[in-house]
Amino acid sequence: MSWGILCDLLSGVNKYSTGIGRIWVAVVFIFRLLVYIAATENIWKYEHDEFECNIKQPGCENVCFDHLFPVSHIRLRALQLIMVSTPSLLVVFHLAYRESRENHHQQKICQSPGEIDGGLLCTYLISLLLKTGFEIVFLALFYKLYNGFKVPHLVKCDVRPCPNTVDCYISKPTEKVIFLYFLVATSCLCMLLNLSELSYLIFKYSMK
Amino acid sequence: MDWGALHTILGGVNKHSTSIGKIWLTVLFIFRIMILVVAAERVWGDEQDDFVCNTLQPGCKNVCYDHFFPISHIRLWALQLIFVSTPALLVAMHVAYRRHEKKRQFRKGGQKCEYKDIEEIRTQRFHIEGSLWWTYTSSIFFRLVFEAVFMYAFYFMYDGFQMPRLMKCSAWPCPNTVDCFVSRPTEKTVFTIFMIAVSSICILLNVAELCYLLTKFFLRRSKKAGNAKHHPNHENKEETKQNEMNELISDSCQNTVIGFSS
Repeated sequence: MSWGILCDLLSGVNKYSTGIGRIWVAVVFIFRLLVYIAATENIWKYEHDEFECNIKQPGCENVCFDHLFPVSHIRLRALQLIMVSTPSLLVVFHLAYRESRENHHQQKICQSPGEIDGGLLCTYLISLLLKTGFEIVFLALFYKLYNGFKVPHLVKCDVRPCPNTVDCYISKPTEKVIFLYFLVATSCLCMLLNLSELSYLIFKYSMK
Repeated sequence: MDWGALHTILGGVNKHSTSIGKIWLTVLFIFRIMILVVAAERVWGDEQDDFVCNTLQPGCKNVCYDHFFPISHIRLWALQLIFVSTPALLVAMHVAYRRHEKKRQFRKGGQKCEYKDIEEIRTQRFHIEGSLWWTYTSSIFFRLVFEAVFMYAFYFMYDGFQMPRLMKCSAWPCPNTVDCFVSRPTEKTVFTIFMIAVSSICILLNVAELCYLLTKFFLRRSKKAGNAKHHPNHENKEETKQNEMNELISDSCQNTVIGFSS
């Protein structure tokens, strides 16, 4: 089980996408998935081991880490990538349904988005809206969890069993911030591409 | 999904590249990406664990490591390789757009004898002329810019390309100026110099390719101007013959751009 499944899914959808949709797939593959696997995963790999608090009280470090990072950044990114790619499945399912109907009734099927009718267009537009929605939700989640896309090098923690307010140090905060901003930038770019594609399709079909 | 997928994507572009472009791609994959994955990642693998500071003060090591290494060499190289490879996608998109247009014309019945079927359009190799020339040249220009920017960023962040053995750190909460020792500094210096050298070679290849394309462009223009004066019809026949020959001498590379050649 690996990211290959997501790659296969997106490659399959790519065939039926518009030009902007294909650019979106390229951005997701290269600037999000590849960067995640090649770089980002390793930065957060030992985040718990390298998290250090200025205290010898057993359990204090664990509790502080859990309090500060309820969900690890890297898991949230993985979830985001999966959720943002999955609405494309709606289009795949609709096409599969159409193909089976066509085989049954022996009717013509649309080969490209240039020829899609109301039903498939609706599905495509819904998938674009869902993708944009998920992007916004995850960006909001990152903002909430990371206090405005910040990773400080020092955080103060006073959760039991820490006896008082304790200094805790996060590892590689600057590198983490750089990749957090990179994530935000690519998310915004993907949202922009989705909205452009949405406008383009609505404009094109309203002119017809 | 890994660097292999990037290789597949760029392999499709390779078909339409010049010879220098193909050499550049080989250098990129063998001397940069492969070295990064097979060797450099192992050298830098234990960089924070084995970064040792001469203090027992909790947090001092973390803060000093962050101060001296705002972004790890490995991550910077990975980003550099991704950004440097991406302009080739502009060419891939342009080629895909041209193929799409030709397929549309073929379906309408406009292209009468040029193509026998859609498969021929799919496997056709486009020559770098016209608007594709501009796209290709822009992609080389962007590659050069990205290479230069990352090399400068490297030099700026790490004060040169050498990895020192000892760094002195006085960032809070370190109680005073503390000695911190980097793990494997010599090995890291060797690999840094290697990667910088290969980046420089790639820059030279890109500059050579740019010069080659510009020379070809100006030569073609002067040839056309000369031909138009003396032989108004001859030029068209020559071009048609050349096109036919080029179609026959097609690349045997079977790599295709993911989704772009559908």
